[in-house]
Amino acid sequence: MATVVLSEAEKVYIVHGVQEDLRLDGRGCEDYRCAEVETDVVSNTSGSARVKLGHTDILVGVKAEMGTPKLEKPDEGYLEFFVDCSANATPEFEGRGGEELGSEIANTLCRVFSSESTVDLKSLCINPREHCWVLYVDVLLLECGGNLFDAISVAVKAALFNTRIPKVRVLEDQEGSKEIELSDDPYDCIRLSVDNVPCIVTLNKIGYRHVVDATLQEEACSLASLLISVTSKGALTSMKKMGKGSLDPESIFEMMETGKRVGKSLHTALQKILDEEESLGTSRQKVGFLG
Amino acid sequence: MAAVSMRLPVARKPARPSASRSGEKHLVAPGDTITTDTGYMRGHGTYVEEEKLIASVAGAVERVNKLVCVKALKTRYNGEVGDIVVGRITEVQQKRWKVETNSRLDSVLLLSSMNLPGGELRRRSAEDELAMRDYLQEGDLISAEVQSVFSDGAVSLHTRSLKYGKLGQGVLVQVSPSLVKRQKTHFHDLPCGASVILGNNGFIWIYPTPEQREEEAGGFTTNLEPVPLSDREVISRLRNCIVALVTEKLMLFDTSILYCYEASLPHQIKDILKPEVMEEIVLETRQRLLDLEG
Repeated sequence: MATVVLSEAEKVYIVHGVQEDLRLDGRGCEDYRCAEVETDVVSNTSGSARVKLGHTDILVGVKAEMGTPKLEKPDEGYLEFFVDCSANATPEFEGRGGEELGSEIANTLCRVFSSESTVDLKSLCINPREHCWVLYVDVLLLECGGNLFDAISVAVKAALFNTRIPKVRVLEDQEGSKEIELSDDPYDCIRLSVDNVPCIVTLNKIGYRHVVDATLQEEACSLASLLISVTSKGALTSMKKMGKGSLDPESIFEMMETGKRVGKSLHTALQKILDEEESLGTSRQKVGFLG
Repeated sequence: MAAVSMRLPVARKPARPSASRSGEKHLVAPGDTITTDTGYMRGHGTYVEEEKLIASVAGAVERVNKLVCVKALKTRYNGEVGDIVVGRITEVQQKRWKVETNSRLDSVLLLSSMNLPGGELRRRSAEDELAMRDYLQEGDLISAEVQSVFSDGAVSLHTRSLKYGKLGQGVLVQVSPSLVKRQKTHFHDLPCGASVILGNNGFIWIYPTPEQREEEAGGFTTNLEPVPLSDREVISRLRNCIVALVTEKLMLFDTSILYCYEASLPHQIKDILKPEVMEEIVLETRQRLLDLEG
């Protein structure tokens, strides 16, 4: 993770500020920075989204490809996550420097989405045991400004909402061999339901309190953090503790409660934006990267 | 009570031509010809090729009699003697510290250019060299003045006055060096209740105004007591105002920061960073600055 070096006095100032619920930029402990979400930014993907949370910039592209189902789940499709930490974000990611962080994020996303109810995988099946849709979710880290996991999970949810999988028809010949026909109409597609897709909320413990959406400076002052993934209904799907410090069970419980509360507001705000963007339809002015 | 605000991105509007511009600025990009007249001397940011004066950086052309130079908007800090800078210690070496000042090379603070605690003047001994880390460690912030510039562009700093030295509790904001206006003094005690150091290298340090002024130990003992909430609010508001001014590319000096602070008072501190509030506040600041000039 990109880190900034701070002096002792700066760290003390930040910690005391968090105790009084006033962070460096005036936010409270449970406030997020202003986020910008845009979908359909990459034209050659099935779905894409870009999220800017303060100085953190994430781009997610989803590509739907035909593949064979996994042996233990023959009538379901599946998702594959890949995270690329671009050297654009910080010089530490140059060459193979970003691989460790990238694989950590990809594994966390796999765990978060491993629960059965998150995405309806059965709808991705075409022919049981033979053909299914595989969704390759590629995450690109453009800028690192603290709170990577939350921004990435919001971008993944927005990209899955934007994903359009073409409708296929299975034709059977007289010999019994199956042929798959893709529909010609580019607008004839199936959409995924993202109602149960969870979002990750990272809670960093600073001093005796915890904060949501930490900046790089606040992350440098926090020794331990809790990552929880919450669905829009407030259900916890996974939890992970990060950092070299320790957390006592009471604070873990408090952080979970905060995470569930904040997670629900995060989902409401995101769904509102996605619906607003959808309602604009083709009249929406795409901003993209050169806006 | 969690506040999560998401929005759709809005395309940047092209900048309106400012009414206060005294003359049209000649903007160039790298490779643009500035003039084909051979009578001019080339300054920083230019080079001569085939009898044409060509710009090597993107910025505005400045002409002083026969000297033509190009001043870039976004650039690393180029040190000049007498500038006040705020820097962060990156390394502790044998008889000096390496300081990061947002320039092309790390700046240097020699042990002999540093004030000893108590203000004593004596030759630096071997014990002083061994105790260097007790004075300044990696990560510490200092305010210093540029003593000289080496031939390769690296800057040599000194803290030979009681007003320079290690900085205590506060907030650092990093901006582009070209946005900090050159003034007589860069240490300001703003009437709103906080003090600010506008480093020429683009590092702005906001800190609570210290109570006593008489006893200055050269700034080596850091006060780690909690800062009261009222001071914190002023500091956070100032920090957000400076970020707003920088986003709208306004020059930073004590009056502009103060006007921006006053314009932001009706809003909540965390709302200042919202794009529409930022625009409104900076517009009001610009208006007041124009009224001040005219």
